Amino acid sequence: MENLAEIRDLKVEATTDSGRRVEIIKGVSLDVAPGEMVALIGESGSGKTTIALTLLGHARTGCRISGGSVRVAGKDMVALTERERASVRGTSVSYVPQSAAASFNPAKRIIDQVIEVTRIHRLMPPDEARQKAVELFRALSLPDPEHIGSRYPHQVSGGQLQRLAAAMALIGDPKLVIFDEPTTALDVTTQIEVLRAFKSVMKKGGIAGVYVSHDLAVVAQIADRIVVLRGGEVQEVGTTADILSRAEHPYTRELLAAFEPKRRVDDDAAAQERKPLLEVSGLLAGYGPVQPDGLPMVRAVQEASLRVEKGRNLGIIGESGCGKSTLARAIAGILPASAGRLVFDGQELPRSARSRTRDQLRELQIVFQYADTALNPAKSIEDIIGRPLNFYHGMKGKARDIRIDQLLDMVKLPKALRHRRPAELSGGQKQRVNFARALAAEPKLILCDEITSALDTVVAAAVIDLLKELQRELSLSYIFISHDLSVVEAICDEIVVMYDGRKVEEITPAQLKTPKHPYSKLLFSSVPKLDPSWLDSLQLDKELVREYGHR
Amino acid sequence: MTPSSTLSQKFGYSFNWIGMIGLSIILFWATIALIAPHIVPHPVGEIVDEDYFGPMSNELWLGSDYLGRDMLSRVLMGARYTVGISLAAVSIACFCGVVLGMTAAVVGGWFDTVLSRVLDAMNSIPSKLSGLVVVAAVGSSISVLVVTLAVIYTPGAYRFARALAVNINTMDFITVARTRGEGIFYMIGSEILPNIIGPILADLGIRFVFVVLLLSGLSFLGLGVQPPYADWGALVHENVGGLPFGAPAVIVPSLAIASLTISVNLLIDNLPKKIRDRSA
Repeated sequence: MENLAEIRDLKVEATTDSGRRVEIIKGVSLDVAPGEMVALIGESGSGKTTIALTLLGHARTGCRISGGSVRVAGKDMVALTERERASVRGTSVSYVPQSAAASFNPAKRIIDQVIEVTRIHRLMPPDEARQKAVELFRALSLPDPEHIGSRYPHQVSGGQLQRLAAAMALIGDPKLVIFDEPTTALDVTTQIEVLRAFKSVMKKGGIAGVYVSHDLAVVAQIADRIVVLRGGEVQEVGTTADILSRAEHPYTRELLAAFEPKRRVDDDAAAQERKPLLEVSGLLAGYGPVQPDGLPMVRAVQEASLRVEKGRNLGIIGESGCGKSTLARAIAGILPASAGRLVFDGQELPRSARSRTRDQLRELQIVFQYADTALNPAKSIEDIIGRPLNFYHGMKGKARDIRIDQLLDMVKLPKALRHRRPAELSGGQKQRVNFARALAAEPKLILCDEITSALDTVVAAAVIDLLKELQRELSLSYIFISHDLSVVEAICDEIVVMYDGRKVEEITPAQLKTPKHPYSKLLFSSVPKLDPSWLDSLQLDKELVREYGHR
Repeated sequence: MTPSSTLSQKFGYSFNWIGMIGLSIILFWATIALIAPHIVPHPVGEIVDEDYFGPMSNELWLGSDYLGRDMLSRVLMGARYTVGISLAAVSIACFCGVVLGMTAAVVGGWFDTVLSRVLDAMNSIPSKLSGLVVVAAVGSSISVLVVTLAVIYTPGAYRFARALAVNINTMDFITVARTRGEGIFYMIGSEILPNIIGPILADLGIRFVFVVLLLSGLSFLGLGVQPPYADWGALVHENVGGLPFGAPAVIVPSLAIASLTISVNLLIDNLPKKIRDRSA
């Protein structure tokens, strides 16, 4: 059988601002057979999106396809002119972007955007195109397929929008669809729906796909073959079952290993009575104008009570919008709570950060999710880490320099990085700097708000190991907020499950297999497993999904 | 590659040749402004030519003006006023505007509201008119001109800086600095300013041009620099009668204004950039 797409010895190079050329894709070859789903997997910077984009004949700004050939349905995308490529895009090859929310025009109705492809390529009359779109909506199991198209993008949920983006890609009857991390931004319970919809549509239409992702478990559900990439080179190619069970390349093994949560060993849990470090009771926080009853209009967190003991970790888990980040902000005093008490280390803590003393601020540090925005891009790493040293401990000159080196050493970063700016570091390095800044304050408790969710699996696992190690050395406590169960499981002694602003259950990792609350059950069973048959065999309670799923 | 590639590699900055041209023209006029009294061939007010709108000659390199005064001396001395007054005014305006704008963004609340409305009200007064009234009321002197021009251009700089700072203010690193308990001066000076300095400088360049033009306008109305001294705008105005004769007296000061304003913008659009890719 002839291949639908053939990439041969592909090379892509980029030009840096000093005029130096860097080869980012170093001779990659891969095939996609008709109707086959091939996954490209690797960490960020491995070139997976760059390769996927070359199938559309596209290279991002500053990049250039410098060698090799990309044949799609008999045409070499590299050699075509821009006009010829445009005629191929949408009809032979199409693209589903990572963030559907950013790729829909908020000012136009969805249906008009979905059928735009047929209008541009003059494939069929608008009425026929609309009918076809409705069929696709139905095939993608979107609710109310007849009328959903007449809504505007902000009127549908994230998971629905992602499926609508797929409908947009499929309407021109392409032979090959490129999915660029389409479920990465979705919650686990939503992700299942979207994956199922994609899988059934692709199977039914016999359409080939290239699925770009860094999540091996997601890929395991949907792909026939997996291509593992690193540093712009193919490391390993194999069928999904082969890669999962008989991985040969060390990097693939590392990826697989990062998936097995290393449970935290609780050395002397029962041995000694632990003192509470932070006690939160009846906390209520929210946004909007204050109502007559003295509470904010939108209550993002209600009646939250939790307790962190010295040297132990608390995990807070829930989906986006459940109020877990608001809870962290209320504890840190960034968003002062409207009601409730905070007791930190035996002392009552003022609700607002403004009225806390400098020592109280120092002892409770918060680390944010996106290191990109949490580090000032205009300052060097040295200044960023050095500021808390100077501010809280009055360190200057040599003492400060030595301490910065120690801190960089603690988070396992080379000392040479101290003169660089955040933009010159990788994602994992930035998150380490972000963490080193919190450590510089010498806190007792660190609030970690989704600190690993912007990182790749392997890097995230390394960061988690680092946190554990530092905890042993410095007797810290963490409050670990995440939507990723495996991360929380790996580091926390106790887990709080949140839903719709409330705490629904408090469990220990040992009880993870048997959650009591129905929402916890749904959440835990929605986390993808490495088993390729997981998605097909998964039976979710319909009642539960209707009640708690954000579809 | 630019001729400066070896130089730029040494300092870790790349500076393209357009920016260099801008910088050298600005330095040229700044030097002239400083040393003008020592190099002028004739006193500014002295009538040296029997003819008016005289052509370029060996005696008078740039010809003579409408009274037969030496144009070269007048342009050289005019540089002092144009460069000096405009630069002082624009620096004061941008400094006040940017500091207030960043403070308003960081402090927020009623402070921001009151300050914004007051400066909006100032912004609504036509600049030429308010300049006219103030100068007519107080009388024209260099310090009055500088202060008036600065006040006129502060609200614009404030608006611009506030808009930029509000964006930066929502970033997580600002929240981190806040929860650290940092004071207002550290916040604006160390966290916000470095992130908005590029656009602020570009704005300064444009505002400088506006100030030069307004100063020229005031001089045109006779309220700017007082005779016998004249800034470049006044030189254009008083010699505008020479236009039909193609007299250098009107062309030269126009070119001087153009060269200064254009080169300021060229420089600011092409400031040296730090090379991030240092492994080359």
